[in-house]
Amino acid sequence: MTDYEIVIGLEVHLQLKTKSKVFCGCSTAFGAPPNTHVCPVCLGFPGSLPVLNRDALKLGAKTAIALNCRVEEEIKFDRKNYFYPDLPKAYQISQFSQPLSRHGYLQILFDGKEKRIGITRVHLEEDTGKLFHTQDASLIDFNRSGTPLLEIVSEPDMSSPEEAYLYLTALKSILEYIDVSDCNMEEGSLRCDANVSVRKKGVKELGVKTEIKNMNSFKAVKAALEYEAERQIETIGSGGKITQETRLFDSARGVTEPMRSKEESHDYRYFPEPDLTPFDFAKNILEDVKNEMPELPGPKRKRFMSNYGLSDYDAAVLVSDKAMADYFEKCASLYRNSKIIANWIMGDISAYMKEHGLTIDRLNLKSEYLTGMLDMIDKGVISGKIAKSLLIDSIQTGKDPILLVKEKGLEQITDAGQIDQAVDQVIKENQKIVGDFISGKQNAVMALVGKVMTKTKGKANPRKVIEMLKKRLKGEA
Amino acid sequence: MAITKDTVKYAANLARIELSEKELEHFTGQLDRVLEYVHKLEGLNVEKLAPTSHVMDIKNVYRDDIVKESLPASEAIKNAPAKEGDLFKVQKIIEA
Ligand SMILES: [Zn+2]
Repeated sequence: MTDYEIVIGLEVHLQLKTKSKVFCGCSTAFGAPPNTHVCPVCLGFPGSLPVLNRDALKLGAKTAIALNCRVEEEIKFDRKNYFYPDLPKAYQISQFSQPLSRHGYLQILFDGKEKRIGITRVHLEEDTGKLFHTQDASLIDFNRSGTPLLEIVSEPDMSSPEEAYLYLTALKSILEYIDVSDCNMEEGSLRCDANVSVRKKGVKELGVKTEIKNMNSFKAVKAALEYEAERQIETIGSGGKITQETRLFDSARGVTEPMRSKEESHDYRYFPEPDLTPFDFAKNILEDVKNEMPELPGPKRKRFMSNYGLSDYDAAVLVSDKAMADYFEKCASLYRNSKIIANWIMGDISAYMKEHGLTIDRLNLKSEYLTGMLDMIDKGVISGKIAKSLLIDSIQTGKDPILLVKEKGLEQITDAGQIDQAVDQVIKENQKIVGDFISGKQNAVMALVGKVMTKTKGKANPRKVIEMLKKRLKGEA
Repeated sequence: MAITKDTVKYAANLARIELSEKELEHFTGQLDRVLEYVHKLEGLNVEKLAPTSHVMDIKNVYRDDIVKESLPASEAIKNAPAKEGDLFKVQKIIEA
């Protein structure tokens, strides 16, 4: 396995978030009853004519800029000819020789190191209808037909399934920042195909590649690539040959298999779409878009590191989700220790969101509630331990932690008399542990501390408890 | 000969047209004459002409992103040779 190098390129199809379709006024809303968002244009009726949706171009331009692509001066559309029942015109309007943009890249962070993955091209096309298969027929819903689709093709720059996974995560993060798509793999607004080949280390020419389809999550892409690379290496290792083919990933069994349908060599006979005019892309669109570009994850990560003194890792995690990054910055404007904020967001808060399938913008925790709670810890009003449950309580009730502490009497007990009483009781009730301590087991004291904390419902100041216990136990000895 | 019988056969297959041997013969000859005629263009001097992708001298035709009314499903599938509910129905497409 280590004698081989894996070469991976990814092709992502992205539905753009326009209200209407790319060449007609039908709605792009997901989930409508079948064939209710259709018209003569997107049904491919004879005589109908496409008219380009300007916002589709705008979202395409935003994506191209965010991916560091060269935005082309003039673009045009071409017909890609093939027969398939989900394609009513028997051609797809796409872009061949003059796409929106080319020659971009995005950065991934692999093992703490930045790696640049090239973007070959980004072009605009139309989505197809959706097929359903019954026992003896195929059924078509054309609601999706004509939804603007961006094709983002990477260079074969990834050399492991892990890198492919990181590329997709980084891409999705950027796409969410610029708000061009829902990026929902389950609803199909983001889809990914992979090209993969292997070659002996040191060999220059690329090996024969296979194309992998049918992966419905980033994890599935990674799993499919792991399987496929392994399969290719084994095949070559045992003297076999790789055939250039399309393979489908079966996520239930974790394997890729050749498509059953007969594969023909594709001959799309691209030619210019005569029903659409060329477009001065850069001149007409670029100015609009430049003002709408937000700070992207890459620069934001660097800024978080220098402004807030965060580690590379912490900054990368926080900026991967724009809402999370925004939340962090709001908190950081209210509370001075940014590292502690980052720890809470990435620790307890993230764990809660993961458990409940929430994102931070849908989480019921105002930034001032989190920072108010952190202030209470600093002032010794509550213990760090109480804070953990208080946080959950605040999320679930939507109440201010300061109020909750008052309502539930959660203030830390610093009063010596109260702690003394609890210590007394614990010593009385746990003579065996006390004996252990006296006979030299230093650790036994921690067991007693735990008991005192339980007795005070976690409200005693642990440092004070240890102090008092030690004093008392020494007296006992 | 500008075109061979094999090329016509290949093109017919791409267009999903079935041609008999006789038709193949017939169309090869016809297409050959058409292509030969078009090849006359190669004799022209086009050095000073920019390549063009559109016959009309217009650019930048677009619309704003506004949703318009679609057809009702019943209307959309009215002329379909086969349907099931509001879905178009075709021969089963094989997928793995
Ligand atoms: Zn339509």
